[in-house]
Amino acid sequence: MHASVRQAVSVNITPPVTTSASRETSAPAEMRMTVSKLNFWYGSKQTLYDVNLGIATSKVTALIGPSGCGKSTLLRTLDRMHETVRSARLEGEILLDGKNIFAQDVTSLRRRVGMVFQRPNPFPKSIFENVAYGLRINGSKLPIAEAVEKSLRHAALWDEVKDQLHKSAYDLSGGQQQRLCIARALAVEPEVLLLDEPCSALDPISTAKIEELLVQLKDLCTIVTVTHNMQQAARISDFTAFLLVGQLIEFSPTPQLFTMPSDPRTEAYITGRFG
Amino acid sequence: MNPRLRWRKFVSNFMLTMTGCCALIAVSVLFFILGNLVYHGGTSINWNFFTKLPVPVGETGGGMANAIVGSAKLLLVATLFGVPIGFLGAVYLAEFSGNKVAFVVRYAADLLNGAPSIVIGIFAFTLVVRPFKHFSTLAGGVALGIMMIPITLRSTEQFLLSVPRNLREGAMALGASKWKTIVTVIVPAAYRGILTAILLAFARVAGETAPLIFTALGNSYWSHGWNEPTASLPVVIWNYALSAYDDWHRQAWAAGLVLLALILVINIVARAILSRGVSVPRA
Repeated sequence: MHASVRQAVSVNITPPVTTSASRETSAPAEMRMTVSKLNFWYGSKQTLYDVNLGIATSKVTALIGPSGCGKSTLLRTLDRMHETVRSARLEGEILLDGKNIFAQDVTSLRRRVGMVFQRPNPFPKSIFENVAYGLRINGSKLPIAEAVEKSLRHAALWDEVKDQLHKSAYDLSGGQQQRLCIARALAVEPEVLLLDEPCSALDPISTAKIEELLVQLKDLCTIVTVTHNMQQAARISDFTAFLLVGQLIEFSPTPQLFTMPSDPRTEAYITGRFG
Repeated sequence: MNPRLRWRKFVSNFMLTMTGCCALIAVSVLFFILGNLVYHGGTSINWNFFTKLPVPVGETGGGMANAIVGSAKLLLVATLFGVPIGFLGAVYLAEFSGNKVAFVVRYAADLLNGAPSIVIGIFAFTLVVRPFKHFSTLAGGVALGIMMIPITLRSTEQFLLSVPRNLREGAMALGASKWKTIVTVIVPAAYRGILTAILLAFARVAGETAPLIFTALGNSYWSHGWNEPTASLPVVIWNYALSAYDDWHRQAWAAGLVLLALILVINIVARAILSRGVSVPRA
């Protein structure tokens, strides 16, 4: 049965979207972002080859694969952070709500597509000012104190920090700092939130808190997360993309990718034969 | 103990003593100078020294108020002239320039830093004194300011570059332009270091004499405004020390003591600011 579904999909689906249908979503989900024919180079070294990917609205999409497979590079193209590296070059198309992201002003794009990094990187400012930062630089007319509280609540950090908003962000633990960075990203109300291995520097309890948080945040925005932790991808994501040496090997609804991978390389990776 | 081992022990002890002595000499020079200044000039430091104008030879009770104020004004002009150029140049070097440009500018700044201060004085003379046709506080301040540029530039650049990349990315990921990232995140993260750099540059030029001889000249009276020759502590020390009068020698020692004390205090404050912790933990 599943084989027939996959076959049907491979005929019907438009090129940019290579999701297979799953048991719960027989029709392709609405796409917030689409990546088509993306090729990427650092200098003369190509790190992504013809990647096609659709990011479903209000879902969690996980990018997995062994180190150096290009998953972080792919993530960083989605808010054009790769442009901070001089030697980076890409070809292909990335659309956000149907519009080419490379034709837009980069600062307004990054306001709509937020990013959380591998290591917590709060600014050397107070907890409050960290969350308020995005609002202030963007000249937001929203009442800042309310927006800060709302974001901290969304990041499940409010109760822990509400009495010490004016203390330095560096007084927080690593896990709290990472949730602060999530709150900071949420404050500007992005449509998409990108996370680059957000838990890799954290202990298991902090990791569990952030995983729980990401699942809740789906209602607020579309989430794309890079992870080297397959269990994490399986726990929190709706769709999973498996990359290997710069190629997108398989992109399916998460339960399908982990239980019935269609590519032998995916199966080899998720069963722990390499990577 | 065999002779070879004994020889080794001897060499070891000898070298240890030698290096220790050299380290001791290095620090004792400072204390020797300080002690000498206190011994010769300490008695001349009194209220008059800070509040009165110099008096002719033979009279007692004169001071150096005009030189102290003159030095303060010179350093103010120098800071206003040199620090913005050095600081903004450092921002360009650290954040915008390509490697080739940065290499050339760094190299030029290091050369300027090593240029003899008397040459800087002559340069300021042709740049300011000649067109204005007289010596002035302004000219002296520009000469000292030129000396502050490379020091401020090089150290500010280092402190800006030491701000971790992930802070820059954090700001840019929130939609901050490069300029906003610099103003709101990078400079605040590096401000302690930058402040220290400015203070050290300030202390470095506070005692400069040579550039002032061609530019600020000297003055036995109050210097009004910014466009008249002015007295300054280093030049007064130079003039008084060369004179034949014991009274003036004592005044010169006292002025040296005041100047050295000022520079020491600035250095200590600078260290204190820096050691209160670099404001950004290393990743």
